[in-house]
Amino acid sequence: MPREKPGGKGSKGKDRKPELLHIGVSPHVRGRNTTTSIMGWVIVALLPLTAYSIYIGGLSTVVVILMSVTGAVVTEAAIQRMRHVKVSIGDLSAVVTGLLLALTLPPELPFWMPLAGGVVAIALGKQVFGGLGHNIFNPALVGRAVLFISYSKYMSTSWLTDPRALMVKTQAIESINAVTGATPLATMGHVREGELTIQASRYYGPLLFGNPWGCIGEVSAILIVVGLVVLLIKGLVDWRIPVGYVGTVMLLSWALGMDPLFAMLSGGLLLGACFMATDYVTNPMTPWGKLVFSVGCGCITVVLRFYSNLPEGVMFAILVMNGFTPLIDRYLRPRAFGHKGLVKQV
Amino acid sequence: MGWVRNLQRELFTKGGVHPPSNKIAATMKIFPGPYPETVVIPLSQHIGAPCEPLVEIHDRVLIGQKIGDSEAYVSAPVHSSVSGEVTGIIEYHHPTGVEVLSVQILSDGMNEVHPSVEPLGDPMEMTPQEIRKHIRRGGIVGLGGATFPTHVKLAPPEDKQIELVIINGAECEPYLTGDHRMMVERGEDIIEGARVIQRAVGAERIVVAIERNKPDAISVMKEIGDEYGFEVAVLPARYPMGAEKTLIKGITGREVPSGGLPMDVGVLVDNVGTAAAIYDLFYEGMPLVDRVLTVAGDGVAGHANLRIKVGTLVRDVIDFCGGLVGEPGKVILGGPMMGLAQYSTSVPVIKGTSGIVVLRGETVWKREPGHFVCIRCVLCVRRCPMNLMPYLIGSYSDAGMWEELETLNINDCVECGCCAYKCPTKNPLVQLIKVGKEGMARQQKKMEELTEALDKE
Amino acid sequence: MDWSIVGKAALVLSGLSLVFGALLAIASIKFAVETDPRVDQVLEVLMGTNCGACGYPGCQVAAEAVVEGKAPVDVCLAGGPGTAEAVAEVMGVEAKTREMGVALVHCKGGLAESPPRARYQGIDSCAAADKIAGGGKACDYGCLGLGTCKDVCPVNAIRITRDHRRWVNRGRCTGCELCIEVCPRNLIEIVPRKQNVLVMCTNKDKGRKAREVCTVCCIACKKCEKVCEFEAITVKDNRVFIDYEKCTQCGKCIDVCPNNVIVRVVPRKSRSTKPKADADA
Repeated sequence: MPREKPGGKGSKGKDRKPELLHIGVSPHVRGRNTTTSIMGWVIVALLPLTAYSIYIGGLSTVVVILMSVTGAVVTEAAIQRMRHVKVSIGDLSAVVTGLLLALTLPPELPFWMPLAGGVVAIALGKQVFGGLGHNIFNPALVGRAVLFISYSKYMSTSWLTDPRALMVKTQAIESINAVTGATPLATMGHVREGELTIQASRYYGPLLFGNPWGCIGEVSAILIVVGLVVLLIKGLVDWRIPVGYVGTVMLLSWALGMDPLFAMLSGGLLLGACFMATDYVTNPMTPWGKLVFSVGCGCITVVLRFYSNLPEGVMFAILVMNGFTPLIDRYLRPRAFGHKGLVKQV
Repeated sequence: MGWVRNLQRELFTKGGVHPPSNKIAATMKIFPGPYPETVVIPLSQHIGAPCEPLVEIHDRVLIGQKIGDSEAYVSAPVHSSVSGEVTGIIEYHHPTGVEVLSVQILSDGMNEVHPSVEPLGDPMEMTPQEIRKHIRRGGIVGLGGATFPTHVKLAPPEDKQIELVIINGAECEPYLTGDHRMMVERGEDIIEGARVIQRAVGAERIVVAIERNKPDAISVMKEIGDEYGFEVAVLPARYPMGAEKTLIKGITGREVPSGGLPMDVGVLVDNVGTAAAIYDLFYEGMPLVDRVLTVAGDGVAGHANLRIKVGTLVRDVIDFCGGLVGEPGKVILGGPMMGLAQYSTSVPVIKGTSGIVVLRGETVWKREPGHFVCIRCVLCVRRCPMNLMPYLIGSYSDAGMWEELETLNINDCVECGCCAYKCPTKNPLVQLIKVGKEGMARQQKKMEELTEALDKE
Repeated sequence: MDWSIVGKAALVLSGLSLVFGALLAIASIKFAVETDPRVDQVLEVLMGTNCGACGYPGCQVAAEAVVEGKAPVDVCLAGGPGTAEAVAEVMGVEAKTREMGVALVHCKGGLAESPPRARYQGIDSCAAADKIAGGGKACDYGCLGLGTCKDVCPVNAIRITRDHRRWVNRGRCTGCELCIEVCPRNLIEIVPRKQNVLVMCTNKDKGRKAREVCTVCCIACKKCEKVCEFEAITVKDNRVFIDYEKCTQCGKCIDVCPNNVIVRVVPRKSRSTKPKADADA
């Protein structure tokens, strides 16, 4: 149905005013991606892992995930209400934070602990800096760090006890011939000190397909990589960070005499490298900066794994490098088109 | 296997985006456009000095008659596109949003051609100076959209030797298909025009650049290429492949230095439309009075490639294509990535108008934040063909920190819009960059004045 | 738990704090930088918004300039006469307050009076919007209503309603002139505080063209120029100018103006009795 022309001399005064045209600066078409869609895809990428961990961990895992997500979302809404800004829980970023936090927690925690973690993650990790896009440290890791330091006993022993998990556990134990409640990485620490003798390669199977000792998100390395591939296809993360991070850890572990494949699969490395270090807000903005960042994370992780009391160093490595991000951003800028030199320094 | 290609793109390519191409008119023949009753021909349709009117009210003018010219070197004369009576020399809407002096002509429908319009003779026997003189007289400007006077482009300084002429048929903007159809239908004319350009600058080679998504144009041009001895470069289909700097990088691997021109790397880029206009000028004598453009978009009834007389009002063109459909949202002159949105359809088509894209109200993006909101996803940095950091430029520009902008090479930005296209929070990054460029220039001027004043003391 | 460890730790820590405290105390006496105490006192009475209207990069620097005698006591434009008196008291000099004007936005056309010709989408900045076909405003001279002046005002004296009418709160405005520069259409002027009769249009087009875009525009009919007994009004370039020196606020021009472009500002108090009059300008 032809309609009257907008504006100009051609418009004749009919029963209602013609619609006004829109004006604005180009581009006049926009991509379909929004903050919500990006966060939605991160959740989609985490879904297989989450589903499998629930299958293995059962009810206790569900409780941890629900509590953590609830804590994060409610805190976000409450603080935004207090700050008199638009409540933006609809963009799903708080859900992502809560989910990521849950995946880094042991499954058998008391229910209030993930709740507190979610609250701390959003309140201290994100909103105090001004909300999404302004935080310095990865909020989920801030939440985990607070829990880890406050309740270290729970955080390092609350592994699975449920019947299905026990079944997986027995199978895994049969395959590696060792009776131990510690995480594979901690076990290998004992091996290094000569207290035990277990071949690292015997852990490959459980670590890839079903690892009962460790955090919720460490159940299966394969599913983490599946999630990463989803993010890469959607163009949401830069390959430099996971590749640089994992590569550095493998190389240094090999140099220090650890099985590199085991170093890659065990602990929170894959989860951290694929989903934590790649967090948009807290890693450098430039390609070269991302490489420096990921290599730095890798070095610190290996140092903490080999030379500290902690069995795992991914969390602190990423948090420390988060702190260096503004500095990296300042000194490593991409070489603009038509300029000379590798990177432009300020 | 779409996702494999996606993954490959994300991992290995840098810069550029892939907006839905919507090149529906690609199979439609170029059709002579409407014969308008009235045309309004702006006297400033190019970069450079505006023209002075050479006619007066009630004068009778003929097609191809010069109606405006300027003494300035960087300028191009304007010719009448219809025969008829001058009814006014008025300030009128211009696609850039300002009002400029324009000549309004009431057509008498006779389409009488001015006696000065006759073939100029074989350009291959002319000297470069003669060619440039004719091109200036023909009012030819770059038809890709920048409208830089072609005779200026063809006169590089002595120390800059042009070795390569690139005829740009990449046409990376969504919707637009005019250049594509030109290559399919007028391939030989384009090459004749390109040879005139080649002679004027003394270049060794001609390369025609075409994006991979136009197989028919590629085969036509390759066939002609074998005959005439020029190359066809097939480029990946990616926006902004057709932007001058990325095009040169894609074909020769050379980077135009910051602040420089293509001639600094020995290259000259001209649009296929410009080459065809040069052919018309030399072999038919017709100055630039019409151009091929695409009418497209979901807000207009029919898509078409039309040969439109300069000065035809946009609403006449839209009516010719069947009128508007649905609630009109945006009327864009040029492509949707870099074109100019109009507030009214009574603007004239000018030499640089490569398309009229009408988007419906419901397809126009309306939720733009009034202020800068960034989640630091760096999609803009990864997509910028100029390797800039749009999110930083945007935030500094929003905060009015003009001094910082220079360290971010803001002036290298070509305003292609890839950053704003990809931005998940839909920041108007291109507008912020434009504001930033102006603010920085103002600041620099202020500082210069200040230092001058201090020097005097 | 071994309480002796706690005791030792407490002892060591308090010992350390004593030592460092002493060091700091000595340093603060020995390496003290001489500052005029009046700087802090002046700083205290200044507005403290760091608005920059005075030309100094912040209130601290301005306060230092006052104490050094480089700046007058009424340096703080945003603070107005009250602040100037307070600064003068600190400095122990006579307060010489200059006559402060108030800002006036020379446009009366909101969305209803001057309907837009297009919908603008982009950043909320008048200067940026002005570049895009006039930000959709049909009038080439009128206020765009996006509030850049409101954003720079250090005392929140400018208010912009949803239908793009703007009000300057004369009680708050201190005449600091910050808003003048940011207006892309040069609509803001500082007028003397006593001036009540004001022209609310800067359109330079001829009457017919101006009326096409706005119902409250000046059509340059010159009636006001003729009716004025004091030769205070001149019409130049289709614009009306009032000579504030000559104007006696008699208001005859207001009565003859066909488009109500000339208005009288009434003080806030009488607002309740005359609800229709413009309480602010």
